[in-house]
Amino acid sequence: MSNTVIEKDVAHTQEHGHEDAGSLSVFGFWIYLMTDCILFATLFAGYAVLRDSVAGGPSGVDVFELPYVLAETMLLLLSSLTYGYAMLAMNRGQQRQVLRWLGITFVLGAGFIAMEINEFHHLIAEGHGPDRSAFLTAFFTLVGTHGAHVLTGLIWMAVLMVQVHQKGLTSTNATRLSCLSLFWHFLDVVWICVFTVVYLLGVV
Amino acid sequence: MYKQSSLHSSAGTRHGSRRAYLVGFLLSVALTLIPFALVIFPALPRTGTAWLVVALGAIQVLVHLRFFLHLDTAEEQRWNLVALIFSAVVILLLVGLSLWIMDSIHHNMLAH
Repeated sequence: MSNTVIEKDVAHTQEHGHEDAGSLSVFGFWIYLMTDCILFATLFAGYAVLRDSVAGGPSGVDVFELPYVLAETMLLLLSSLTYGYAMLAMNRGQQRQVLRWLGITFVLGAGFIAMEINEFHHLIAEGHGPDRSAFLTAFFTLVGTHGAHVLTGLIWMAVLMVQVHQKGLTSTNATRLSCLSLFWHFLDVVWICVFTVVYLLGVV
Repeated sequence: MYKQSSLHSSAGTRHGSRRAYLVGFLLSVALTLIPFALVIFPALPRTGTAWLVVALGAIQVLVHLRFFLHLDTAEEQRWNLVALIFSAVVILLLVGLSLWIMDSIHHNMLAH
């Protein structure tokens, strides 16, 4: 892994080689998140341009159920809090607590994904699938891309839980947990934009 | 060069305290419930509601950056912030200009 190369490099010049490489990895991950931001921005731009192109089909007001979206949002917000608690436990070196909070975060995230899949299934079953209009294509692409990110985060979280369980809170695992922390909170920020721009402005 | 004193001072892990996370969470919940309530139970004119919803969304993004991603203007976070501001400019250009261009096309092709 390229990680190791940086570690050796930094270790030559600095006593705290390992820790610096860790924070450098986290910074690199932050840069990746910024590029991901731009990916989402293009999808938002596409959605904003196509939102009125309903081709005689349903528009946002007809298909969005706000209380349902509110429940999804609450799951995601709560999962950000519990992930934060996992990070606090990690800083204190409490492995069992880390695993417990990660487990709760995982369940909340899985709940969000389940609700979203149910929403998509419902829409497609009613004939409002992504093939119905440009508006629905843009909607499914934007919300689906966010959902795919959350799903990736869940898989990553499950793998990290196994690693923390087997190897403990090593500095490598701490770096990984920090990166996933950024990823998870970042997805929450994207979701705020989604429910504001897509759901709320679609119904208002 | 980008340098941070220790692993635990990286963005996303800094200044962590139960209290800070809880404050951030409660602010987020409030900033979610208010715009949803405004749209579900319309009390204001449509345009006013829309602007208010957008403003509250923007504030909530800032709350998340501050309380969950622990972004601030501290020296060791400088490059995180620079990267974020750069992306914000790119996003603004990307979304703003797309809307402007497509809106102009819409007007010029269909208006006459």
